[in-house]
Amino acid sequence: MSSRDRILGRVRRALADVPRDDTPYEQAVPRTYLRRHGDTDAGRTVALLAARLADYRADVHRTDPAGLPELVARLLAARGADSVVVPAGLDPGWLAAAAATAVPDRPESTPRELDRIDSVVTGCAVAVAETGTLVLDGGPGQGRRRITLVPDHHVCVVRVPAQVVSSVPEALERLDPARPLTWISGPSATSDIELDRVEGVHGPRALDVVLLADGDGPPPEPAA
Amino acid sequence: MSETFLGMPSFPAFPVAARAAVQDGTLRGNLRHATHTIRAKRAKAVAELPDWAELREAGRRIKDHTLRHLDRYLVQVEEAVTAAGGTVHWAADATEANRIVAGLVRATGESEVVKVKSMATQEIGLNEALEAEGIRAYETDLAELIVQLGRDRPSHILVPAIHRNRGEIRDVFRSEMGRWGRAAPDGLTDEPADLAEAARLHLREKFLRARVGVSGANFVVAETGTLVVVESEGNGRMCLTLPETLISVVGIEKIVPTWRDLEVFLQTLPRSSTAERMNPYTSMWTGTTDAETADGPREFHLVLLDNGRTDTLADEVGRQALRCIRCSACLNVCPVYERAGGHAYGSVYPGPIGAILSPQLRGTASAVDASLPYASSLCGACYEVCPVAIDIPEVLVHLRERVAEGGRATREGSTVVLRPARGHAVERAAMRAARWALTRPAALRTGQRIAGRARRLQPRSLPGPGRAWSASRDLPAVPAEPFRDWWRRIYGAGGTAAARPGPGGDTGKDTR
Ligand code: SF4
Repeated sequence: MSSRDRILGRVRRALADVPRDDTPYEQAVPRTYLRRHGDTDAGRTVALLAARLADYRADVHRTDPAGLPELVARLLAARGADSVVVPAGLDPGWLAAAAATAVPDRPESTPRELDRIDSVVTGCAVAVAETGTLVLDGGPGQGRRRITLVPDHHVCVVRVPAQVVSSVPEALERLDPARPLTWISGPSATSDIELDRVEGVHGPRALDVVLLADGDGPPPEPAA
Repeated sequence: MSETFLGMPSFPAFPVAARAAVQDGTLRGNLRHATHTIRAKRAKAVAELPDWAELREAGRRIKDHTLRHLDRYLVQVEEAVTAAGGTVHWAADATEANRIVAGLVRATGESEVVKVKSMATQEIGLNEALEAEGIRAYETDLAELIVQLGRDRPSHILVPAIHRNRGEIRDVFRSEMGRWGRAAPDGLTDEPADLAEAARLHLREKFLRARVGVSGANFVVAETGTLVVVESEGNGRMCLTLPETLISVVGIEKIVPTWRDLEVFLQTLPRSSTAERMNPYTSMWTGTTDAETADGPREFHLVLLDNGRTDTLADEVGRQALRCIRCSACLNVCPVYERAGGHAYGSVYPGPIGAILSPQLRGTASAVDASLPYASSLCGACYEVCPVAIDIPEVLVHLRERVAEGGRATREGSTVVLRPARGHAVERAAMRAARWALTRPAALRTGQRIAGRARRLQPRSLPGPGRAWSASRDLPAVPAEPFRDWWRRIYGAGGTAAARPGPGGDTGKDTR
């Protein structure tokens, strides 16, 4: 007997007490919890995102499309970045003012090559206000998962309010599980030594988040 | 087929091991500091969600439903993962799982792997099994690295090196790092930031050259075949995305039916474990990507692990232990864990969850496993904090009965009739554990609380060997005070009664 058959057989014997007409999944799980915690006003949701990002030690910046190239250039320069990884589909205008050498995200580049690059600039798929989370799904302007991991500095541009949702349930609704997903909430961190928090272990030690007003929503409030 | 892995079969019974821990002042101080810090922050992070009770109930129901139809969901996982380009393997026990993983690593031609912290691979002793095959497994979680370099054992699910202080960690790094790879920098201090930097440099070398990664998973989504790994440091992302081959060893109880179910656990797990609104990194992947996307490993293997889980499933009272999402909240509120430390539990699963999981996964034949159900004062704090509402005291009492009175149980898929432990070494060990837990002043105080809880567990005398104890001393009269009130009184506002922080308020970000 294969282990597959053995395990499935054991499971079925173990569940002999479960009736055939057991409550189906749809009725077995009460979804009485909230879809979001708080109101739906777009401006306030973006303000909450900014506050929560800052709370977990991301640096939050706000700009509009006209100011973006200058801001990105300044953020890269502030980290002394000579080189920056650029994912496919990133708006070339975003890096128009940057002095750092652009290195495309290519399938054949090795982790060692990536390790020599200072920064990475990406967009995101969705941002979750309540938890201060950015989710990347490998779509245009986001690149392979490793490019936001190996370089030590990540600049992530979020279109607000279009890409912002309030809550985790709302974020999952927007995402496609078939894509490789990375949820990022602040820079990498550890508290493994006497519970002292240390930021920056293996992931990027610096996370700059740019909230880009895309013109559809209300005017941005100042960052917290 | 070989027998279920017994972990540390020669491990002393709980009270013997606990006595050593209780006498170790450093260990006790570290544990106390850690558990109290995390506990208070967790309470704040949980209080921030007004619908916590509803999320907890939904989590319980999702897991219960999945367990009740586990055969169907296992097959669904297999189909979905296979359709997405992954390969599924089934391992009935630890030996088989280790053999599968070793075989997969050997097939790549590699002799080293990088590992993400995973309880399942610790449970099966994978690192040791790989070493016997000439394959080196590098732990990459900072705490696991400290444990591995120090030839030590983890003592907490979430912070496995909680029993080590910074000076000890610096000494371990100085003396051991060079033997495993890049040595610690000269003049390494005991500042946590310096120690973390030393670990970053030491491990980066391994990540960049790694061709094979090994992980566990927090969740597997049946409808999509998606695996989820929740972490803080980024070592998980390194192991999951840089290697060409990824092997994930996952207990069969980690399944959730739908993508949507993650909306419950991605809210309850981070808040309950590290007291964060969200942990720094969560990775989700479904099989492999196509050649054009080329994002992450080209080869993905999922090893579905039984190793005693189906035996646990066969027990209608005990099966709820399989709902556990390994948040470790129950450890941090347990008065017995706080004094005894993680090592006394003789298993990779310490604390209250270990006390009900290990004796079910491994059976109650050994002294340590027979004594574990007694390593508790039945105060119920673990149940109160559990994000999937596992009634740990109920299972403890159930297992005590099994140890003391024998009865039917399932071992390796077959029904066996256990003999009562009376008169045997295990019963003596169990008795000592009962006495140990019940004679600690604080443990006793909490033990008195048990019958005050309005649930079906209302013993007049303690079952099993505890009966001898309660026969000679009347159980104190049951105060009507609910557990929560008691908790507030004993532990103050830092317990569950913490004020809810406003937006942007300070939650437990220091416990990542
Ligand atoms: S038993 Fe509950 S509280 Fe304990 S680790 Fe598991 S899920 Fe967390």
